[in-house]
Amino acid sequence: MSGYLASLEAESIEIIREAVALAQKPVMMYSIGKDSSVMLHLARKAFWPAPPPFPLLHIDTTWKFREMIAFRNRIAAESGMKLLVHTNHQRIAEGVNPFTYDSDRYTTMMKTEALKQALDAGAFDLILGGARRDEEKSRAKERIFSFRSAGHRWDPKLQRPELWNIYNARIQPGESVRVFPLSNWTEADIWQYIADENIPIVQLYYAAPRPVVRRSGQWIMVDDDRFPLNPGETPEIRVVRFRTLGCYPLTAAVESTATTIAEIVQETQAARTSERQGRLIDHDQAASMEKKKQEGYF
Amino acid sequence: MKDTLRFITCGSVDDGKSTLIGRLLWESKQVFEDHLSALQKDSTRYGTQGEAIDLALLVDGLQAEREQSITIDVAYRFFATPQRRFVVADTPGHEQYTRNMATGASTSELAVLVVNASKGLQTQTHRHARIVAMLGIRHLVMAVNKMDLVGWDEAMFGQIVREFQPLVSELRFESFQPIPVSALNGDNITDRSAATPWYSGPTLLECLEKVDVTPRADSLKFRMAVQWVNRPTQDFRGYCGRIASGEVKVGDRVRVVPGGMETKIRSIVGWQTELPAAAAGDSITVCLENEVDITRGSVIAAASDPAELSDQFESRVLCLSDHPLVAGRSYLMNLHTCQAVATITSIKYQIDAKTGNHLAARSLGMNDIGVVNISTDRPVPFEPYDRCRRLGSFILVDRLTNNTVGAGMIDFSLRRAANIHWQAVDVNKSARSRQKLQKPVCLWFTGLSASGKSTVANLLEKRLFTAGKHTYMLDGDNVRHGLNRDLGFSEADRVENIRRVTEVARLLVDAGLVVLVSFISPYRAERELARSRFELGEFVEVFVDTPLEVCERRDPKGLYAKARRGELINFTGIDSDYEPPVSPEIRLDTVNESVDKCVDRILYALEHGLATNISEK
Repeated sequence: MSGYLASLEAESIEIIREAVALAQKPVMMYSIGKDSSVMLHLARKAFWPAPPPFPLLHIDTTWKFREMIAFRNRIAAESGMKLLVHTNHQRIAEGVNPFTYDSDRYTTMMKTEALKQALDAGAFDLILGGARRDEEKSRAKERIFSFRSAGHRWDPKLQRPELWNIYNARIQPGESVRVFPLSNWTEADIWQYIADENIPIVQLYYAAPRPVVRRSGQWIMVDDDRFPLNPGETPEIRVVRFRTLGCYPLTAAVESTATTIAEIVQETQAARTSERQGRLIDHDQAASMEKKKQEGYF
Repeated sequence: MKDTLRFITCGSVDDGKSTLIGRLLWESKQVFEDHLSALQKDSTRYGTQGEAIDLALLVDGLQAEREQSITIDVAYRFFATPQRRFVVADTPGHEQYTRNMATGASTSELAVLVVNASKGLQTQTHRHARIVAMLGIRHLVMAVNKMDLVGWDEAMFGQIVREFQPLVSELRFESFQPIPVSALNGDNITDRSAATPWYSGPTLLECLEKVDVTPRADSLKFRMAVQWVNRPTQDFRGYCGRIASGEVKVGDRVRVVPGGMETKIRSIVGWQTELPAAAAGDSITVCLENEVDITRGSVIAAASDPAELSDQFESRVLCLSDHPLVAGRSYLMNLHTCQAVATITSIKYQIDAKTGNHLAARSLGMNDIGVVNISTDRPVPFEPYDRCRRLGSFILVDRLTNNTVGAGMIDFSLRRAANIHWQAVDVNKSARSRQKLQKPVCLWFTGLSASGKSTVANLLEKRLFTAGKHTYMLDGDNVRHGLNRDLGFSEADRVENIRRVTEVARLLVDAGLVVLVSFISPYRAERELARSRFELGEFVEVFVDTPLEVCERRDPKGLYAKARRGELINFTGIDSDYEPPVSPEIRLDTVNESVDKCVDRILYALEHGLATNISEK
């Protein structure tokens, strides 16, 4: 492993250990994506030979790619950690879905609202998340230990100063801290580390022929028969892969022939668009991520 | 092998820091097309460059920042060239955000100080140079920006550099590189500008790629603060941490601080394997030959050169909160992985960030830097900041709000802990209290002016005296006129007033007396500090809970009326806060109960051990 990846790894392990040492009841968000895979790998390294002393939490909107769910169950079993899965069943019963609801309202109910329900139910005081500062402008401003008020709200103007490698996780009952061990990693670092450490990832990251339709200039995969096709529309098979993974109707694929990690690394380094470009939920308005984060989104 | 340079950009507001970083990202091709289209939209809406793209908007990430065209919070940005990987902390120039700038500096190895050529050196230029030097940054690049506005005038560039040179020597930067640039147009950022034939030095990016920031040979041997004790089974006990300095290998002799136990490294545990050795910066788990008492906050160090241990320090402190740091107040201190209760015992002086001059100060307000003495509730392992950032830096956390209110750097141990040895004498507190046939206790009456504290305390003292108890009363009248006559009513003075009263009360309790303290004592932090100076059960907080309107109606000395007229300032309840106790041992209701009844209630509580809060709510 090259020098700077080794130091990123050492820093992340230090952060994860601090988080666990300072928390009463920690939990790690597990979204099944490449960043979660790296974060989980770092957590297992941090506490080896013991398994990480906290459970994994997945917020399942029921609209994830099928492959993701199968992968999740396998990895959780291998890690020896407890896996908690939460779905906002009330909203599902009300008929909320990613097609007839706009992405903003859908995300609020199925992800942000669901997340708050799960965190409240588990009374978790510290939540490890895989967000990185290079993903988006408001994330670039967030602390590694990020304070949340009792309603899970983030106030960007009231962030605690964070100096050196010293973290302040002290809170009142009901408040919480979100901790981002991958804050200083970039997308290219993540891929290089996956390659160096041979970390398993969902096959959707590799290019393969997949059924897709063209929507608003982007390729959307038809992952199951819940996908409402327009009159006369038929999915076509294209060789595509995903740079990020989320709810399949809201995650665009890119045309690519990268079938190995080395090819993905090469493609990432040459990329001219950001990975979140394929996330339809980010484009609602200029400050959309900042607003979602204030409301409690990761 | 590619390495990482962490640097900070700083300088006065409007000197073009965000534009400079935007330019670096732009020229190192780190701007994605979708970010660019968002940038074009933002530029039209918030930009300061007319129809042209405003590169500063690439880094000003918060809505409020884009609207006001200023940077409020530190942002971290990443870019890379074939030579190096860079982490940039973009920090605000406004004076009220100095703390955010210090945050960015705390993890940086180099500072790019941006100066506006058309304005010359500003107060913030000096402030920021001093702050980055204080935080241990040894390499400085001065980007003299907006050179296009002064017609690329060589003489003007030379003058700015000459004026700044004395500060470079004073602050002892190891390297200093001034560069004439225009962030807006991209001159001397990555490519050499045609406008500066007179400049032969590197471009900004060349300089950042080449500068060597490896610390000079570190004399410190192995040190690691323990973060976590890993004990999955009876047979495995590993100590996890990140190595702060030096190297360690299997078989090395180590000493544990505190405790001083010596043992050997049995193994260094990596991921699914064992390592022969590890070095500074590595996160590892070590197993030791012998069972040793080690907890989170202990430091495992080379046996031949162990870490220092002390409970009294001289430190530089930066105030991060709008609530001033004052002597006598206690805070939680996070020093590496160790947590202690720390008290600022005295503020030696404040440092004028512009000139470096020492100023007399009784408190440190937001963004103020001072040199203070700090004592901790127990000896903690440390190294001076200049020898080891990791083991010499700490934060102060407010005990009530949990906010991070101060950042400190240890200069040295005052070593008083080693010199003061309490005389162990046979005539001690328990002997004195046995002689008097009473349990010594401090009854601390708190409440608003005219709430009835002294009335109740006076009657209580008479009743105790009649019952043959040895008592003493401390109140404003007998303390303010003598011991504390040098103190006024500012917040710092009030804190010191209470601290002295606390110490006198403690001595009297040690003498075996029942001490009645009757002071408004409006701040929870001071009352908690007072409590912390007594043994368990020796401190009884009596909250005389009379509402403000009742006190104001009583107003026996006419003080409320004066305060309302503005003739008295800092009057508790009127223009100064009273923080009521959260769980006092005794709560008195002087509105519905007579003075006699209140005194009965206290006597009953004293006789029955006071284990619980007996007030009727």
